[in-house]
Amino acid sequence: MFLINCPYCGERDQQEFKAGGEAHIERPKQPTELSDDEWAEYLFMRKNIKGVQFERWNHAHGCRKWFNMVRDTSNDEIKAIYKMGEKPPA
Amino acid sequence: MRNKYSVFSLIKNALSYHENWQRAWKDPTPKKEYDAVIVGGGGHGLATAYYLAKKHNMNNIAVVEKGWIGGGNTGRNTTIIRSNYLWDASAGLYDHALKIWEGLSQELNYNVMFSQRGVMNLAHNLQDVRDLKRRTHANRLNGIDAVYLSTEEVKKFCPIINTSPDIRYPVLGGTLQRRAGTARHDAVAWGYARGADAMGVDIIQNCEVKGIKRNGDSVEGIETTKGFIKTKKVGVVAAGHSSVIANMAGLRLPLESKPLQALVSEPVKPIIDTVVMSNAVHAYVSQSDKGELVIGAGTDDYVSYTQKGSHQIVEGTLNAILELYPIFSRMRMLRQWGGIVDICPDASPILSKTSIKGLYFNCGWGTGGFKATPGSGDLFAHTIANDEPHKLNAAFNLNRFVSGDLVDEHGAAAVAH
Repeated sequence: MFLINCPYCGERDQQEFKAGGEAHIERPKQPTELSDDEWAEYLFMRKNIKGVQFERWNHAHGCRKWFNMVRDTSNDEIKAIYKMGEKPPA
Repeated sequence: MRNKYSVFSLIKNALSYHENWQRAWKDPTPKKEYDAVIVGGGGHGLATAYYLAKKHNMNNIAVVEKGWIGGGNTGRNTTIIRSNYLWDASAGLYDHALKIWEGLSQELNYNVMFSQRGVMNLAHNLQDVRDLKRRTHANRLNGIDAVYLSTEEVKKFCPIINTSPDIRYPVLGGTLQRRAGTARHDAVAWGYARGADAMGVDIIQNCEVKGIKRNGDSVEGIETTKGFIKTKKVGVVAAGHSSVIANMAGLRLPLESKPLQALVSEPVKPIIDTVVMSNAVHAYVSQSDKGELVIGAGTDDYVSYTQKGSHQIVEGTLNAILELYPIFSRMRMLRQWGGIVDICPDASPILSKTSIKGLYFNCGWGTGGFKATPGSGDLFAHTIANDEPHKLNAAFNLNRFVSGDLVDEHGAAAVAH
């Protein structure tokens, strides 16, 4: 349980938010060209990192906007928050 | 030679004030090379080693554990055992485990306190009723005992449940699997460890895996905090940390690791003699032999390895518990904890070979792995020894995420995952 600084609303309790999983998974540009292996990779395979991970979150009980978060999954420390479409911090 | 536990050994040791019991397992230093190494000394890993030695004559093997055995999810779960899963593949897998549970204490010469007190699953709306009836029929077709109970029968089986039609989620019925129940979780790890050790398996604790050495597409060994161990076969049974190990080998798995919480109350006199689970309100409760209520909550929705979990998850579960069991309203909670569970997209486990020769994964048990411990160990040992899955775990291969042949137990099993 932690506080999340929504880029639109400011700092709120984590229970207002919905985690949306790993960020920056690109939707296939040519879905009809994809092999079964590539579909599996896109749909199911995840990095599931212990450490710093890039994620999508949604302020479900607030502005309902999506944004990105860099979070250390080993201690739940939030490193950065940035809007959709912005470049992830290095 | 391992001394057998019996009433005579108990009396003999009582005479020496229980100060001379034989060690249940050794504390060996790792050898340079093993025929197989199991990564993860929880129930599943130790059971795998036990059956590798017992049924496949692989005695030159080791279990490496980064902490102490049974200190992960084996010691953190709510000890529920059942096999009332919807799909044929799951029914085969979980009932195989349940059948082994029924004779496990005798087989291991170790009391795992398996108690077939029954598991009851509640229905709170019409869709629940339809789903549970369907599952009852599916279970029976697979030879698994199941009965559907009316609200009155639920009340009769567990009188402390509030079956008033006025509550937020009224009890409209339920299912009962009488062969299901609970076991002592630590004893399962200890019993398998003792059994495996007696057959020559090295159980190496405080030994963390740091890397997996590959030669092209085959495994050559593992780097650990106690040095390099050469082996051609590595069976990974690392639960929430499966992805961490997979990343070392350059593999990706369809897993997300999330905190799952449980809590226990102060000990009280016997009040609930069965296990009651509710999918819709996400509350499970049973009573341990010490008298504590053992309550299982849900998972958080974000990836985390912190073994903590969010407060509101526990709060939601306790709200549901209080509505269903008003008698618990003044019960005080003693401890709360979290474990990291590795969840597959289809909420079914993976017991499988991988694209790397000699590397096997047993993971993805999500929120319900404890019940499968003996069956999982048996089938994973078969898979490692023969380099081919047993027919009971063939459906639980990694390739199902490519072929699309998923075993979708999300919501189809007796609980939500």
